[in-house]
Amino acid sequence: MDGSSELKKTPLHALNVSLGGRMVPFAGYDMPVQYPAGVMKEHLHTRAAAGLFDVSHMGQVTVRARSGDNTDAARALETLVPVDIVGLPEGRQRYALFTNDQGGIRDDLMIANRGDHFYVVVNAACKDADFAYMQEKIGDVCDLTLHDDRALVALQGPHAEAVLAELWADVSAMRFMDVRACDLHDAHCIVSRSGYTGEDGFEISIPAALAETVCRRLLDHPDVLPVGLGARDSLRLEAGLCLYGNDIDTGTTPVEAGLEWAIQKVRRTGGERAGGFPGADVILDQLENGAARRRVGLRAEGRAPVRAGAVLATDPEGQDIVGTVTSGGFGPSVDGPVAMGYVDGKAAAPATELYAGVRGKFLPVTVTAMPFVKNTFKR
Amino acid sequence: MLKFTEEHEWLKIENGVATVGITTHAAEQLGDLVFVELPEVGASFEKGGDAATVESVKAASDVYCPLDGEIVEINEAITADPSLVNSDPQGAGWFFKLKLANAADADSLLDEAAYKELVG
Repeated sequence: MDGSSELKKTPLHALNVSLGGRMVPFAGYDMPVQYPAGVMKEHLHTRAAAGLFDVSHMGQVTVRARSGDNTDAARALETLVPVDIVGLPEGRQRYALFTNDQGGIRDDLMIANRGDHFYVVVNAACKDADFAYMQEKIGDVCDLTLHDDRALVALQGPHAEAVLAELWADVSAMRFMDVRACDLHDAHCIVSRSGYTGEDGFEISIPAALAETVCRRLLDHPDVLPVGLGARDSLRLEAGLCLYGNDIDTGTTPVEAGLEWAIQKVRRTGGERAGGFPGADVILDQLENGAARRRVGLRAEGRAPVRAGAVLATDPEGQDIVGTVTSGGFGPSVDGPVAMGYVDGKAAAPATELYAGVRGKFLPVTVTAMPFVKNTFKR
Repeated sequence: MLKFTEEHEWLKIENGVATVGITTHAAEQLGDLVFVELPEVGASFEKGGDAATVESVKAASDVYCPLDGEIVEINEAITADPSLVNSDPQGAGWFFKLKLANAADADSLLDEAAYKELVG
């Protein structure tokens, strides 16, 4: 059966195909898993120079208070996320989580304060459900728009700033998690200094009709290679970043996932706006008292990758199972296998020796602090 | 005698011993290999048994034993440097040598023209 006709296409689909992208179905879209350079080169090039990623499948949503007062939109968003949005300054972005009543995670997202509205980026696979959920919960207070009329690309790597500066000189003034409007090649864009690779870089929202022109300009630069979903996954894994659906989902809480840093003091017990988000009772309790299991990084001793689904045991016979791997693969920059997974609290301390079940054998792995590579954000 | 399987392996058969590897087409589809696990010398497999494992950055795949036989030699160069399989899949990137249980079994495999037709 040929299901490809039902797949959606991003505004950069024709460009991705013309660049030789090997297209695969992902979250309902026909997306490039790799280009001719291959996953390994694309990954290493991103860490050494700059990679350009089409992430237009993600959902871009604007949230605008009906009252015209952006603080009303901030307060509305705070009923959905355990994050300080009221205190988020204009021109700044924060990582956030939609939680559920059990303290689980419906999705992870970025929220930016654009002055007269908030700009939200959610995962592709969740975007329709997220949009319906936001409509239901805050649609009475806010006008919400899902922007299928915009492309989204990420330019990541140590040369990203120099590449983007050729189109827009002011980019050098931006710090990590700053968000600005700018014109790139006459296209009205929104640029944030952020990404999903652990490298310095930018995420650029572009009107769909001009997206290919802007991307071709970026790709004209000798330091820029197009990078597919394969390297996107290995880059984020080395950076210790969660993939929604693998490492976090409705059955994992922010505390179990080690994402406490995303919950500012003002939303915690004793804070000025403590609680008031779904699952607050569970999450605030875990912040005080800890969670029974934790997401941890894992390094394997050998060369064999340890992948999602592998069970984790305290003994080489695999009798005492203490957890499961949720993401794993080969880290090209680490030059070895890297993984993350959930383990019982007793096995979560760095340097704990565990054994991962791979094809009937139990291979030694060590609990390791993440990221596996040093991040290079420009703070 | 050069033969192929529908599972994208090649066999170069000389005096009842087949040198086995994966085809250029398979190596391209798998992408950059980062790990190869080979069988032990002396191990016997039936046709279709899991003889080896290859892993790319993204995924693991099995390499099936193409015919009944016994492993008589393995190419440790590819476990030390899996990228050899990508750079020279039908040469230096061979996997193992298999002493065929029945040399006549090879007649059932694809010849080069039939394999080329299969992968288009």
